[in-house]
Amino acid sequence: MMPVVLAVTAVIFSLAAGGAIIRIARGPSLLDRVLAADVLLAILGGALCVDMAVNRHLNNLMLVVAISIIGFIGSVTVARFVADRRVNPHES
Amino acid sequence: MNPDFSGADAWIDLASAVFMVAGALLSLGAAIGLLRFPDLMSRMHAATKPQVLGLFLLLAAIGLQMRSWWVWPVLVVAWIFQLLTVPVSAHMVGRAGYRTKHLHRELLAADELEAVVQKAAAEAALTDNRDDGENRQ
Repeated sequence: MMPVVLAVTAVIFSLAAGGAIIRIARGPSLLDRVLAADVLLAILGGALCVDMAVNRHLNNLMLVVAISIIGFIGSVTVARFVADRRVNPHES
Repeated sequence: MNPDFSGADAWIDLASAVFMVAGALLSLGAAIGLLRFPDLMSRMHAATKPQVLGLFLLLAAIGLQMRSWWVWPVLVVAWIFQLLTVPVSAHMVGRAGYRTKHLHRELLAADELEAVVQKAAAEAALTDNRDDGENRQ
């Protein structure tokens, strides 16, 4: 059962990461890109979790804990210093 | 491929498999929401799905697969810290999005922040006028 689960989740995570990357590339605003980068980080952590669960090891567990503790600092920093430089603010 | 479902092992495997696929589907839902929703606020709604429930399901899958009790406290720590930190970044991104007007006002059901902002602006204008008056006298 586990190889099937690994294949299915790999396909789903790849599609999800592709969608998040498309949103990072397309924007339209900086905050959309930050949000999509946060989602991409969550997808990466989820993929690490699936790898650990399927192969029954705990090598990446500390990485997942560290992501959950300090992963929010990037988006908080960007959101703190974001500024609106558009001429027409309702174009997005 | 045809597991024997008489023992507990196969049922635990099945539960963790369901958890893993569900967690992955939540990530896919977040990606679809990021692509399809019209503005920043609704995209933020979609983005929280894999960060909270998706991570919970995948950590539970790890705990079920490892078959040991000592790993659960670490998983609980990871999930609780995620619960504590995700609202902070969501709050900051939401306030910055409101301030820089990355939202469609016609999609809002209620805007509780506007009254606060206008009240603060009125108070700031009042103190500014009072300061000007004192300087002139």
